[in-house]
Order: sequence, then structure tokens, then C-alpha cells
Amino acid sequence: MATAPDTRTASAPARAPLLSVRGVKTYYGNIVALRGVDLDVHEGEIVTLIGANGAGKSTLMMTIFGDPRAREGTVLFEGRDITRMPTNEIAKLHIAQAPEGRRIFGRMTVLENLQLGASIADPAFFAADLERVLTLFPRLKERLHQRGGTLSGGEQQMLAIGRALLARPRLLLLDEPSLGLAPLLVRQIFAAIRELNEREKLTVFLVEQNAFHALKLAHRGYVMVNGEITLSGSSRELLNRPEVRAAYLEGGRH
Amino acid sequence: MAHQAQSRLPAFDVRRALKSGALAALVAFGLFSLLIGLRTEQGPTGALILVPRPWELFWLVVAAFVGSFLRELVRGEQGAALARMVPAPVRNVVTQVAPYFGYALLAFAVAVPMIFYSNRYLLDLSIQILTYVMLGWGLNIVVGLAGLLDLGYVAFYAVGAYSYALLAQNFGLSFWICLPLAGILAAFWGVLLGFPVLRLRGDYLAIVTLAFGEIIRLVLINWQSFTGGPNGISGIARPSFFGLPFTAADDGFAATFGLEFSPNHRVVFLYYLILILALVTNAVAIRLRRLPIGRAWEALREDEIACRSLGINTTNTKLTAFAIGAMFGGFAGSFFATRQGFISPESFTFGESALVLAIVVLGGMGSQIGVAVAAAVMLGGFELFREFEQYRMLVFGFAMVSIMIWRPRGLVATRLPSVFLKERKLVSADMVSEGRG
Ligand SMILES: Nc1ncnc2c1ncn2[C@@H]1O[C@H](COP(=O)(O)OP(=O)(O)OP(=O)(O)O)[C@@H](O)[C@H]1O
Ligand SMILES: [Mg+2]
Repeated sequence: MATAPDTRTASAPARAPLLSVRGVKTYYGNIVALRGVDLDVHEGEIVTLIGANGAGKSTLMMTIFGDPRAREGTVLFEGRDITRMPTNEIAKLHIAQAPEGRRIFGRMTVLENLQLGASIADPAFFAADLERVLTLFPRLKERLHQRGGTLSGGEQQMLAIGRALLARPRLLLLDEPSLGLAPLLVRQIFAAIRELNEREKLTVFLVEQNAFHALKLAHRGYVMVNGEITLSGSSRELLNRPEVRAAYLEGGRH
Repeated sequence: MAHQAQSRLPAFDVRRALKSGALAALVAFGLFSLLIGLRTEQGPTGALILVPRPWELFWLVVAAFVGSFLRELVRGEQGAALARMVPAPVRNVVTQVAPYFGYALLAFAVAVPMIFYSNRYLLDLSIQILTYVMLGWGLNIVVGLAGLLDLGYVAFYAVGAYSYALLAQNFGLSFWICLPLAGILAAFWGVLLGFPVLRLRGDYLAIVTLAFGEIIRLVLINWQSFTGGPNGISGIARPSFFGLPFTAADDGFAATFGLEFSPNHRVVFLYYLILILALVTNAVAIRLRRLPIGRAWEALREDEIACRSLGINTTNTKLTAFAIGAMFGGFAGSFFATRQGFISPESFTFGESALVLAIVVLGGMGSQIGVAVAAAVMLGGFELFREFEQYRMLVFGFAMVSIMIWRPRGLVATRLPSVFLKERKLVSADMVSEGRG
């Protein structure tokens, strides 16, 4: 399948992208998961990656984080090659993620989880940042001393995002934040992401199954099939493409 | 509430209990019919003959039946109903007193030498218990906080003891110089063990640490020229009271303070020494838990991948856990050496590691008080059953099984959060599913 013509030249900033993935190939043992992926995320953008189950979306997100490492190709963050950096060093560059499966620290309290999110941030900002996250997700405020593992699925998702935000990210990676959530909560979380992007110019890379919502939210999108990017373009354009409509938007706009 | 509960006795599900008892009896019969039911003895011609022991077998099966029957009877709602029958005032007192239990325990520990001054036997036992409390608190950092299952903790105890003994004998250094050195050496070995096991978790980690403990012991046995081999090291310098030896001499402790010489002075001194060492271990562990490193340990226990993606260096986090845990093991080891005056590899078998681990697990992983109580109960229990040497292990096993049935997360299974915004709140372990992770 041919890659769609690049339509963002008109709107995209001329500066070098914040994150740039070039020809990345990732393997699990001998099984190839990514077959040469190219992708850019510019400062201040929300970029979404959609694709079917097992397409390799989570793999790409984890490859950006260095675990698993790309066998070929490069990942550049602010022009710096991070392909071979250990995960914890990559995190120190203020790339934060709310990973697939949320990965909350179940036996620790919500507050402790949030504190751990701030591990790499300057402690001087902690109090103010915490306040902002709790305003964004008031549900967490009521449950500060509850164990992470006892939160509901949606609350855990809020905690995962809140924890990532406390790292004061320059780039926020979200893996399927809408997974398993009620439509109202999905809207709330997406509204929160939009607000962060508009108010604080937070750059977001969003992996989603919920293609309609994701493309409504994002500025640009990529479609991944079987470890390859098959389509890319502005969100509006992708929303109108017949292939996208057929594969990801049939069955209505949830 | 309490009145209602008293008036309405819980309905016991006898049928279910009978069924469970019968099943247990069947299993016991299957297990013991050969093990206990038959015994080989030397016959008159010198050949082995089989002697049946039906009664022993019978009583064991009956015991299994009764135990399982009773357990099933007071399980779940019935058990809770029975607990409700405890009068409300008593329960209130218990919940009110509970937070002060630690202080009461501490006050008692401080007072022990005064109360039991002339009871040498009890003092010795208390010193032994405190040694294990300290070891338990040290291991708790590795197992309870960082979640790294270490079956070879005794190795660091041994390193500490031998470091002290060898340093004191070969260089004539005093206890107070050897103590930190022994701790540092043990911490060094902790890091050394940490490196190869960085990638291991759970069962695999347990096996390697177990092997490490055995390797250290075998080296101690076989390196005759350095460690004295199986004969060990004897005549290890006793500690002095800041330079004053505990002897009847004119420059001894008793003479200097104008006291009548008594061999108990040294025992009391040793008691307070180990009490202080244990309290330092406790204070450091509690303090570290509130620092970023302690939080990182706990996060590591929960989810290693999430840790890394939050920017936590899991390598360093693990190594510091091993090193600090090992350091306290080393301190305890040098105390052990100076107290005994004699050490040999026999004191550092796997059984010791298992005992310390059992103390940590029974106490409730991560709970400081629980560990102290578990150490006192286990060692005190061992002493109580000293006459029934043969049955000690049986009682030990029975206690373990009982605790795992009734308190699967240890005696004190509540985890106190390390940070609060406003008010203090306990997070009960009952709010989450069984903690097997
Ligand atoms: N640890 C692993 N070992 C082996 N294969 C893996 C591993 N993780 C993922 N895979 C495989 O790699 C492929 C891509 O998986 P990935 O998790 O990236 O998919 P995804 O696009 O995130 O799917 P989903 O939308 O269901 O989350 C799948 O075929 C999966 O089976
Ligand atoms: Mg995925």
C-alpha cells in the first residue's frame, strides 16, 4: 500500500520535529513486530496512531522508550539519538507514558503513585503540579490515600495519566487511554488531553483503538497495519478517507 | 451490635465441615499410611522387618479430621460471628491500645535487664531474640520492601561474623572499629551478589541467593588456612565498655564504677548493645522508606517495567537494597561473633536463612512490629519446646500452616502509607486480594 501524499506541509512547523522515528524495525526474538516505521511528532501537536489489534502500536510506543530496542533504524528526540539509551535515561529526558495496562503500583496509595511519577522532576514543582493534576482529575483527590490497586479501571487510567504528567513531560505517550472506559469518561479524559495541549502546549502521542474520538482530538494521524505505517495525514483528511472509514469507523461514532 | 450477636448464635454448617474433615482424613491416610503406618526395624536375624503401627496412624488421621473440621466450622461468617461475640468494650480497648503497642514493646525491651537481672538464661534468650529481630528487620528491607526474595541472607551474617573475628584476631582492632568495617564488607558482598541476579526475579532469584548462601558456607569450611575451616575461630575478643573490659581486674568495668564484679554486667551490656543495633536498623529502615529510594524499592516490588519508564534506575535500586540489607546482616554477624567468642561455619547454615525469612514472612512483609513479634514468638516457642526436640519442627510447621490459613499476609498485614497529605489513615490489607505477588 502506498503512503498517502503528505498534506501537512502547509500547516506543519518548519522546525525539526520533537520526536522523529526513522526506519525502525523491532523484533520479538525472530518475530518481526515493526517493519520499518517512519513517524514524526512536532512540538505542540497531538498525533494519534490507530490500527487493528496486534498491528504493533504498543510495540512502537515501547520502542520509543527503549524496551524493546529497535534492531534497525533510529529514534530521535530533539535531534538526539535515543535509540540505544536505557529506558530510565529516556524517561529523564521528560518523555512520559501512560502505558498499556496502566501499570499502577497496586499496593501503594494514589499519592505515592503520583510521587513516583515525579521521580525525575524537580521536587520544587511537586506541590503545584500535584494540585494541577488533582484539579484535572478530581476523582483522584478524593482517593489520595486509597491503594492504587483498589481504584476502578477509569480511576486507574486517570492515575496513570496523572502519574505521567507529574514528570513534567515534554512529550506524553498515551497507550489506549479509552480502553474499557464508559463513553462519558472517555470524553472527560480526551477533554483533559485537549486542555493540556491547548493550555500548556503539551505534545501528545496517542495510541488509540477508538479511531473516531482519537482523530477528532488529534491534529494528525497515522494508520498502522501489520507493523507498517500505511496511511498518514491530517486528522480531517484521515476521517474522510474511505479505507479508514471502512476499517476503523464502521459501526458508528461511539 | 454486640448484643444482637450475642443473642443470635451463628449457624454452623456442620455438613460442609464434616465433608472437609473427611477429605483431610483421607489425604492424611494416603500420606501417612506408608510413612507412619509402617516402620522398618532390625529383626532378630539382622534383616529388616516391617512393623505395622496402626494406632499411630489412626490418631494422626483423627487429628487431621478434627483439625480440618474445626477450621471449616469457624470459617468465614461463622468465624466473624464468633469474633463479634467478644464484648465491645474489650474490642474497643484493643483497637485503642494497638497504636501504642510498639512503644509498650520498646519500653518492655528496655526494662528487660532490670526485671530479669539475675536470670541469666532469660537474658541470653532475649539477646538471641533481639539478634533475630535485627536480622529480620535487615532482611525486611530486601524482601518486604524491595520484593527481592533472598534465601541466602545468612551469607551476610557470616561475612559480618568472620570479618569481625578475623579483623579482631589478626589486627587486634576493637569491636567499635570492626563493626562498621564488617558492615561495609557485608554490603560489598551484597552488591557482589546483586550484580549477577539483577535480571532475575521470584523463583530464579531465590534459587541463586540460596546457592550464594551455600557457597559462602562451603568457602568458610574449605579455606582452612584463612578461616580455620570446620573448627572455626575461637577466642574472639569480647567487647569492652568504651575500653573498660568486663573483668574482675582493677581496670575493669566493675572496679572503675565501684561495683562488685558480676559476670552479668557483660550480658546486660550485650543486651543493650544489640537492642541499640536493632533500633538503629529499625530507624534507618523506617527513614529510608519515606525517602525516594524507599519509594523506589516499593515500586520495584510492584512493577519493574513501570519503574523504569518513570526514570528510576532499577539496577541501582536493587543493588542498594541488597547492600543495605546485607550491611545490617553484617552488623548482626559481628555482634554474634563478639557475643559467642567462637564462630564456625555450622552457625551459618541454610536453616538460619530460612528462620529469618520465616520471621519476615510471618511478621507480615514490610511490617516492623510484626517482624519483632514474630521473632519473639518463634524463638520463644523454640525454647518452650526445647525438651521435645523431636517435635520442634512439627510445631514449627504447624505454626506456619496456621498463620498461612488465618493470616495469609502475616501477623501485621497493614501497610502504612509512607506519605500523607493531611490526616493519617491506615490502608488495610483486606481491601486488596490475597497478596501473593
Ligand atoms: N513480548 C512479546 N513477545 C512476542 N511477541 C510480542 C510481544 N509483545 C507483542 N508481541 C507481538 O507483536 C505484535 C504487535 O503487538 P502490539 O502489542 O504492539 O500490538 P498493538 O497494536 O498494541 O495491539 P492492541 O491494539 O491489541 O494493543 C503482536 O503480534 C504481538 O503478538
Ligand atoms: Mg497495544
